[in-house]
Amino acid sequence: MSETVNIRNREAATPFALNAFIAIGSDDVVTLIVNKSEMGQGVYTSLPMLIAEELECDWSKVRVESASVGSVYNHTAFGLQMTGGSTSVSSEWERLRKAGAVVREMLVAAAAETWKVERESCRAEKGRVIHVSGQALTYGQLAAKAATMDPPKEVPLKEPSAFKVIGKPMHRLDNWEKVTGTALFGLDATTPGMLTAVVARAPVFGGKVKSFNAEKAKAVPGVQGVIPVEAGIAVVATNFWSANLGRRALEVLWDEGPLAKLSTAGMREEYANLAKTPGAVARKEGDPDAAFAKAAKQIHAEYEVPYLAHAMMEPLNCLVDLRPHSCEIWTGTQFQTADRDAAARVAGLKTQEVTLHTTFLGGGFGRRANPQSDFVVEAVQVAKEVKKPVKVVWTREDDIKGGYYRPMWYDRITAGLDPKNNLIAWQHTIVGQSILKGSPFEEGPTTDGIDGTSVEGAEDIPYEIPSVLVDLHSPTIGVPVQWWRSVGHSHTAFVVESFIDEVAHKAEQDPFGFRRKLLSGHPRHKGVLELAAQKAGWGTPLPSGRARGIALHESFGSFVAQVAEVSLDPPGKVRVHRVVCAVDCGRVVNPNTVEAQMESGIVYGLSAALYGAITFKDGRVEQSNFNNYPVLRMNEMPNVEVYIMPSQEQPGGVGEPGVPPIAPAVTNALFAITGKRIRRLPIRSEDLEKA
Amino acid sequence: MISLQVNGKKYEVEVPPNTPLLWVIRESLGLTGTKYGCGISQCGVCTVHVNGEAIRSCVTPVSSVAGKEIVTIEGLSADGSHPVQQAWMAEDVPQCGYCHSGQIMAAAALLAKNPRPSDTDIDRAMSGNLCRCGTYQRIRRAIHRAAEMMGKGGQK
Repeated sequence: MSETVNIRNREAATPFALNAFIAIGSDDVVTLIVNKSEMGQGVYTSLPMLIAEELECDWSKVRVESASVGSVYNHTAFGLQMTGGSTSVSSEWERLRKAGAVVREMLVAAAAETWKVERESCRAEKGRVIHVSGQALTYGQLAAKAATMDPPKEVPLKEPSAFKVIGKPMHRLDNWEKVTGTALFGLDATTPGMLTAVVARAPVFGGKVKSFNAEKAKAVPGVQGVIPVEAGIAVVATNFWSANLGRRALEVLWDEGPLAKLSTAGMREEYANLAKTPGAVARKEGDPDAAFAKAAKQIHAEYEVPYLAHAMMEPLNCLVDLRPHSCEIWTGTQFQTADRDAAARVAGLKTQEVTLHTTFLGGGFGRRANPQSDFVVEAVQVAKEVKKPVKVVWTREDDIKGGYYRPMWYDRITAGLDPKNNLIAWQHTIVGQSILKGSPFEEGPTTDGIDGTSVEGAEDIPYEIPSVLVDLHSPTIGVPVQWWRSVGHSHTAFVVESFIDEVAHKAEQDPFGFRRKLLSGHPRHKGVLELAAQKAGWGTPLPSGRARGIALHESFGSFVAQVAEVSLDPPGKVRVHRVVCAVDCGRVVNPNTVEAQMESGIVYGLSAALYGAITFKDGRVEQSNFNNYPVLRMNEMPNVEVYIMPSQEQPGGVGEPGVPPIAPAVTNALFAITGKRIRRLPIRSEDLEKA
Repeated sequence: MISLQVNGKKYEVEVPPNTPLLWVIRESLGLTGTKYGCGISQCGVCTVHVNGEAIRSCVTPVSSVAGKEIVTIEGLSADGSHPVQQAWMAEDVPQCGYCHSGQIMAAAALLAKNPRPSDTDIDRAMSGNLCRCGTYQRIRRAIHRAAEMMGKGGQK
């Protein structure tokens, strides 16, 4: 581990901006401007590492600032300023190293000019430029002059063999703020004269206010106003608690709209019926009909997974200070450009009149990247009426009931084996809402009626099967849905990796060996599968009552295999003892982050596998808080071991790829214990009785 | 007027007596290190010390702690030097960081009573503190490390 640095976002001397990402003060403090949102995944450390590698700065002098909104900070592939898709490192890999190299060259040029020597006689090292004679100037001493230098057009980047920072386990730069309570999250932001609002939203998605009586709400001390907005009725007060009490006292009559009778049971029936009919074809290979006709054995199963809430520890919130010609916003968002533009639209301002401050995010998991900018739009609507700075706060109940869930899915899947138990045919029908349909992002990734995020991880299975058909139904339901950490993979990995396990057992083969045999042309898949199996001691004896399950999945440019050791202890209660995780995410920037993200993904996926479900009855979400939407706790935490495959490949993602394999790894282990296949999540106790 | 003693300082606040301590700390006193997560004592991000006990400030009426000694994350140390904070940094525990004020306060209260907690003791003391980023394994390591530091005569 590198030496501990205390970054403490200290006040630096007025820094000289050398480019959009780097500013250096006369006090030698190097401010690195990070254009990605820090939501736990470690970008405030890994992205500075990319810059520092080429800048040759003193790491102990680095501080981090979140970027303002500007096209210079747009995602290099997506053209918007945003954080998502596990792409922060891969998309900034070239740009930030170049940014560092360019500034290093400007500093060296400034020193050479100061000393009237050849540029080639100077070198940059740990925050100083040093001349062959031994004389040296610090970056702080050079910054003012360097800022006047022309940035070089072309800069060579280091060969990986010369890396000094990239690939080394580095401590997080945001540790100190986060252990002292000084890190500023959206909910902590304040501005003078600020009011606080909570919004009474319809109990059913698509519902509208019919009428309301504000009298009792207004009688609550501290309540300043009761204001209708698009989503419902905002109760505005001098403080959160008064707003909350005001909302409890508020009387609203709702027109519940077309979803007033929505129920999970009804939806499930509709989905199951749809799954029996052919959908839009996402992938067709070989001749599935003919292959099934000649199959000696057919294996068939139906799988289902529920809606899931993201349930970040910090519920949504957004502070807006709206003035006649300006709008200032503080919030933890993953979607700066979209949020700024939406705020400008609602406020009737030009986009350049909107300033958005990205705070730390108390978790994101996709919820804070809302294509409709729901929590920002609503806050600006409230601010427009209040005419004072106002922070809209979502309670935990608002958050759990607030929609934009991972969709519910229903899958029908069939495999065909030839007489020698070779897998020759695969047919997979998927039913579930598209998260892109009807959103501003419908155009790009949706082709021929197929939302790529609905079939990812299913249409691109790595197993070499001669005939494959994957088709999709995307019913319109009206429940707001959105990306949820690992997106489509959170569902498809469970189905595919459970079913391939079923097929292996029907083929009377070891689940690890069966997979391995089907991956001859997929070395990176095979590599992590073998590594996980070896480290987990696959095939070696375990204490009685314990079993292993294995799963493998590629997502976001990375390959992850996990082996879970599971028992039922006490009977009927799933206990995951150990998870061995092998990851190939290409070239690693901060191994410490990679490990942490695998641990994190496993816990997130395990919470969903064991407990996660948003269900509907009479149009209403039945869950409200952590008492009925439970998540994993300390006493349930398995020992997680992470093994990183050495790789020279382009960097892949790490924020999401740890999630998909854990549910099937656990349910495959449960099958090994009980002989009963778990085909629906979350795992229910009645599904754990022995077959 | 309710008299409070927070982090060694005296405050007079004018709020309804049933107001949860959490919101008084955050909004009346401006100490935002203590977080809101659930409001029903399910997640522990609002954990503070009252007379040395770790309590959930989101369900504690402010009137019930008048005159008692309240410590928030800001009062644990002025500079992050408490062994639990030091151990947290050494193990790179935080991810998003939102739950860690509460986690650290819970861990500090545990170690004050039980200087060498076993894994079972840690499970018992810490299972009320949720972390959606899944930092539990590192929390466990950091508590053991802090115990070691304190045993060797580390600060406080």
